[in-house]
Amino acid sequence: MAFNYEYYLRMDKMPHMWCPGCGIGIVVKAMLRAIDKMGWSKDDVAVVSGIGCTSRTPGYVDFNTLHTTHGRALTFATGLKLARPDKHVIVISGDGDAAAIGGNHFLHACRRNIDLTLIVVNNYIYGMTGGQASPTTPFGARASTAPYGAVDSPLDISRVAIAAGASYVARGTVAQGFMLEKFIYNGFRHKGFAVIEAMSTCPIQYGRRNKLSDPVQLLKWVKEHGVSAKKAEKMSPEELEGKFITGELHNQERVEYTEEYELVRQRAQEAAGAR
Amino acid sequence: MDKKIQLWEGNHLVAEAAIRAGCRFFAGYPITPSSEVAEYMAWKLPQVGGTFIQMEDEIASMGAIIGASLAGVKSMTATSGPGFSLKQENLGFACIAEIPVVILNVMRGGPSTGLPTHPSQMDVMQARWGTHGDHWVIAIAPAYMDEIFRGTVRAFNLAEKYRVPVIILLDEILGHMHEGYEIPEDIEIIDRAKPDVPPEEYFPYDDSKGDVPPLAPFFTGYRYNVTGLNHDKSGFPTTNPELIQRDMERQRRKLYANLDDILWYDTYKLDDAEIALVAFGSMGRSAQVAVDLAREQGIKAGLFRPITLWPFPEEKVQKLAEQVDTILVPEMNLGQLILEVERCVHGKANVEGVNKVGGLPIEPPEILEAIKARI
Repeated sequence: MAFNYEYYLRMDKMPHMWCPGCGIGIVVKAMLRAIDKMGWSKDDVAVVSGIGCTSRTPGYVDFNTLHTTHGRALTFATGLKLARPDKHVIVISGDGDAAAIGGNHFLHACRRNIDLTLIVVNNYIYGMTGGQASPTTPFGARASTAPYGAVDSPLDISRVAIAAGASYVARGTVAQGFMLEKFIYNGFRHKGFAVIEAMSTCPIQYGRRNKLSDPVQLLKWVKEHGVSAKKAEKMSPEELEGKFITGELHNQERVEYTEEYELVRQRAQEAAGAR
Repeated sequence: MDKKIQLWEGNHLVAEAAIRAGCRFFAGYPITPSSEVAEYMAWKLPQVGGTFIQMEDEIASMGAIIGASLAGVKSMTATSGPGFSLKQENLGFACIAEIPVVILNVMRGGPSTGLPTHPSQMDVMQARWGTHGDHWVIAIAPAYMDEIFRGTVRAFNLAEKYRVPVIILLDEILGHMHEGYEIPEDIEIIDRAKPDVPPEEYFPYDDSKGDVPPLAPFFTGYRYNVTGLNHDKSGFPTTNPELIQRDMERQRRKLYANLDDILWYDTYKLDDAEIALVAFGSMGRSAQVAVDLAREQGIKAGLFRPITLWPFPEEKVQKLAEQVDTILVPEMNLGQLILEVERCVHGKANVEGVNKVGGLPIEPPEILEAIKARI
């Protein structure tokens, strides 16, 4: 039987505002299938976002949804999760939202290891504002604010996540939706801060300026530039130039914040009682 | 002497009052002269089953308290000058999304890093207009220990009752001053209205039953959307001009149609006064002493002391202008509250400032001199 996406969507809010050929829908579908696989009640899930194309997701999905300020989704999600550690809080963010304006929050969410799931839809561009260069725009690629090619080097979001202490990190592409679903599902099951980076496509704002305006062509480009971790081991740094490594990149058991804070409460109450 | 009287620091008293008002979530970032609030919360909140978190910055702290409040937990943050500037972004979110939160700003000298360890009253206007766009907040500026305690409880109550961010303005003097105080047990606590309709009939911004729609906590079966974009009654973004006009007017009206409930002020020897002082916070205390000093010299001075700064007690100040010819406004800035006083007085009395910005308070004899110069 076909998956019933409509059960999880606010169909009265359709049509959505995403462009034809956009990769966000593939990520949202993977997220919904993973939620379904978890068997979570819709009442127990919150989807939180910041600002940008990806961040319009909450409006369309039938959960407790929160569309916050640019870059700040993780901070609101932190408050929600600490208030209700028993519930499931998912943050969905674009590359500009998560890695530029929200970069500091991203680092510290990784460090704290709160049991949240962050899905970053990385399309290398600020789509909603008209195709400006983002922190993941490839070196030399064109953007409306990089008409002669991007001068700065892109940030590797997954590597930063690992370095900052995220305890589950996986990267997939929108050319492989079921792999994304698996990563998101594993991220949900993981106790701790999970980051799933989805390498996506923006044919309108990125592709059009970089000779990749055809959505299928851009999907192929994303797929070809992804190299599995296993394959990457056998490749030289020169061969890996401009590529991104996909797969489950990091999976570590580490003290989870809300569980540890429960111990803080116990210690505080014992100390208060002893006085 | 009653043993229940304890020595309280202003900042600690705010924290204790918040907990008694039901605050169970605090997110903060270290900043002088407000850090004692975070320290107290880190110590006390886990004892009562609450949560304290030190965030990576002021912006994050503001975001976290909005998130926790949406889950139904009364939440607060505390900061000072530069940190208050950083709060403004998400404070605007709390305004448009109508999420109850309390923000303490212990004012220090500014702009920028300014005078971290010295008092000022330079954030009068930032408290009202700090975030961009039309918005309406409540700001409370206590002057005495009992007002700090009751004002903090009141801040939570008003935030819950009106679904609005409430700002408490202290200054470094009040935040760091220690005084004896007995915490009262007779406090009234107000919780936000929850929906009495089934989820399928619930809209988080439905104005059909009043200007303050009930707010369902997240994860309680009411799945709705919250956004910082202008929105329709369901919380979904809209650009419909009529809906936006109606929603924004409601947000203003929910406070300005309830001024009798929101406004809080005090007067001192004002009934027969021939010259009036308008001052708030620690300078309200200085001004009260100055009134006594003036009266000792036969000058009929009186004090009007707003405790709710925003909305401003407009009518009271208008009436003041009918009674006296001169109104003096002592404040630790070069003229902020006076702008509001002048606006209300509208030329019907002579309004003059008594101002000091070097990090020292305006002392009662200085105010007395200013009074005598106008007699």
